[in-house]
Amino acid sequence: MSIVNNRLTAEQYGENFSDIHPPFETRDAALVEANRCLFCYDAPCIKSCPTSIDIPKFIRQITTDNPKGSAHTILSANILGGGCSKVCPVEKLCEGSCVYNLMDEPPIPIAKLQRFSTEKAIAEKWPLFQRKPSTTKKVAVVGAGPAGLSCAHVLSREGIDVTVYEKESKGGGLMTYGIAAYKVTPQFCEDEVNFITSLGGIAINYNAELGKTVSLADLQQTYDAVYLGIGVGLARQLDIPGENLIGVEDAIRFIYDIRTNGYPAVPVGDKVAVIGLGMTAIDAATQAKRLGASEVTIIYRRTQAEMPCTETELNLAKLDGCRIIWLAAPQEIIGENGRVTQLICSLMHLGEPDASGRRSTVETGETMTLDIDMVIKAAGQMPFEALVNDNHLENWKGKITINDACATNLRGVFAGGDCVNGGKEVVDAVQAGKDGAKAILEYLNS
Amino acid sequence: MADLSANFLGIKSPNPYWLASAPPTDKKYNVLRAFEAGWGGVVWKTLGSQIKNVSSRYSSVDYNGSRMMGFNNIELISDRPLAINLREIAECVRLFPDRAMVVSLMADNSREKWHELIGQVEDTGAHGLELNFGCPHGMNERGMGAAVGQDPEIARMVVEWVMEKATIPVITKLTPNVHSVVPSGQASVEGGTNGLSLINTIQSITGVDLDTLVPNPYVAGQSVFGGYCGPAIKPIALKMLTTISQDPITSRVPVSGIGGISTWKDAAEFLLLGATTVQVCTAVMKHGFRIIEDLCEGLSNWMDEKGFKTLDELIGKSVPTITHWEDLDINYHIVAKINPDKCIHCGLCYIACEDTSHQSINLAYGKPYNTYSIIEEECVGCNLCKLVCPVDNCITMVEQRKGDEYVNWKEFQRRGLPLNDH
Repeated sequence: MSIVNNRLTAEQYGENFSDIHPPFETRDAALVEANRCLFCYDAPCIKSCPTSIDIPKFIRQITTDNPKGSAHTILSANILGGGCSKVCPVEKLCEGSCVYNLMDEPPIPIAKLQRFSTEKAIAEKWPLFQRKPSTTKKVAVVGAGPAGLSCAHVLSREGIDVTVYEKESKGGGLMTYGIAAYKVTPQFCEDEVNFITSLGGIAINYNAELGKTVSLADLQQTYDAVYLGIGVGLARQLDIPGENLIGVEDAIRFIYDIRTNGYPAVPVGDKVAVIGLGMTAIDAATQAKRLGASEVTIIYRRTQAEMPCTETELNLAKLDGCRIIWLAAPQEIIGENGRVTQLICSLMHLGEPDASGRRSTVETGETMTLDIDMVIKAAGQMPFEALVNDNHLENWKGKITINDACATNLRGVFAGGDCVNGGKEVVDAVQAGKDGAKAILEYLNS
Repeated sequence: MADLSANFLGIKSPNPYWLASAPPTDKKYNVLRAFEAGWGGVVWKTLGSQIKNVSSRYSSVDYNGSRMMGFNNIELISDRPLAINLREIAECVRLFPDRAMVVSLMADNSREKWHELIGQVEDTGAHGLELNFGCPHGMNERGMGAAVGQDPEIARMVVEWVMEKATIPVITKLTPNVHSVVPSGQASVEGGTNGLSLINTIQSITGVDLDTLVPNPYVAGQSVFGGYCGPAIKPIALKMLTTISQDPITSRVPVSGIGGISTWKDAAEFLLLGATTVQVCTAVMKHGFRIIEDLCEGLSNWMDEKGFKTLDELIGKSVPTITHWEDLDINYHIVAKINPDKCIHCGLCYIACEDTSHQSINLAYGKPYNTYSIIEEECVGCNLCKLVCPVDNCITMVEQRKGDEYVNWKEFQRRGLPLNDH
């Protein structure tokens, strides 16, 4: 047993990481589904979209042969509508509330139609938006993730000159670095960022990290306002013995490596344990399997009723052959010669509801031992607590505190997205960016 | 099992479904395929002086993903040699003696030409003649087709010429490109026609190509008004048929109904409004002759369920229920009722009523699902909400009479009863 890379052939990698939600192959195919849409009034799908995309309208625009109008309808509400069509857990958002579900009929494939309408617009950089004349106001956006890009696009449309500071060498944030490669490719992420900046008025400074190469104080001095969309960091520590053994990997780092270095370069164990059952845990588990791990076991300390991922995602892991152990919490990682060999788990049962409303877990006193050679930690992500504190930003356990107007305690400094909420969907971050931009515009005009 | 056999002026067919005079009945090959499939009869594509057709010939209107909701053509009468047509007609009659063979005619504008053509056609053994007074493109520019049918006196004159010669039943086919089909129908009946058929196609432009900016169908950078048909025209055809069924002169003769018939339900409706047989074209041009099976089976099953044993029992049965607006009962009142168990919260009823009708539906906000209910005192019973609702029987209309007695508009005025106050 060992952790090695290059487990598969190029063809196998290609097959394992091909697009999980293939697009409509033809316009006719899209029309069959688009014509099923009932064009609901005050539609449940719109209300279930954090960015409130006018879904019935964009679908109707597909049927009326108005592809530009359709793309504009989507992207004016959600500038990352292309990426969201690939990564959104639509089964719990728009598609989950489609009225067809109430007729026990398959819902409209909204994500697939949204991809149909946005893909060409992004690939061909359709000029769907125009900037208003420059106001000469300048705003710095920290983080070129979904929140930052969404904020930057709204601001630039209103004639604000935006400079984005991004610590990585590419934009897109978690879209580019933190999501399973079979959902969205790095190339698409790059195209999407380029589409967003094609508006003009948005300059992105890459490899510029807050607290290292850029200081918040300088930004406050140089710009009329600052928006922080810095996201969250690595996975939560397990705080158990053996966490520093070779073979204990962070899910975010693991996914980052897959997306940055390519599939053959990323080492993976024979028998992998994944801790946690959020979307990131699923992305890590399925990709470990797809990189060639022979056994992947997901360890979750509660039951299916409490799991944070959707059932669709869980089924994805099951179909990939991942095993799930419910009601088990990691207790100790055992190693030999500094390398992981076993994971000991406490078996749990459910107790009274905790502060989050989910039932708490209580140790039964029994344990189980798994023979493994790799542990991937995916039990939630940690906010950048030190960075936030160093900059005297009010926060709660590292999550930046903002008021109703998206403002932090520092004058002219706004924030939104994962760095505020601790980590939600891409589409939530896009909406946070829109809200932040609206607040900044009001601030600049007051 | 209901008896579907039809008898139109002695022209018998095993079912009331004839193929209309059109491209599907242009030659023996097609007609034999139709008879083998089970069609009750055909009206052979119009014969006359040989003409030349153009390319292209058809265009259509699609609706929400459904192709050919409406269809139009600029094809003229048969462009094949008359002798070949006559020979093939005779062969078809010989091979399928139990099927109706009616031949559509459009002779040049003289008594002699009509007499000559009728004589040739009767020699084939055909069972009846249909006079094409309706073709709305090309032939009318030459003073034939719709040009005859649009002028009752010319129609009467030509029918009289025909009746001098014909020894088999004559059906006169009426054009809908008039304000009313009744005057030409009356003139034809008075001229002696044995039966009527309607409607022919409606002059139309199906659309303009938004790349070339030339209307459809495209012929070398130009187009022409075409004859519209298919499901889109059925309501117009039903209305025109009913006016013929109601008129004391035209109702003396049997009618073969035409216009957008695609299903057995369509056929039942034509029969109920006075047709003795029905003619089909667009539906077979879209699907082929195989649809005859369901046309017969569906009609037969429905007749069994309703207790109709023969077609005669239902022909014209709905005609008396079409009355004058002034005779409608004003005390009859219905209100909409939404079944909350069936409602899928699409809001289509609400927005239709709110934007375009009587603001009779209440919206109670919910996320993601709003709840909708009827404000009965505002509901006028227009049916709109029920029509737009995508769920069968989710919205029903419940009778809430305004009074026990029948009161029509004339009586309502005479008594000085109150009008609406808002």
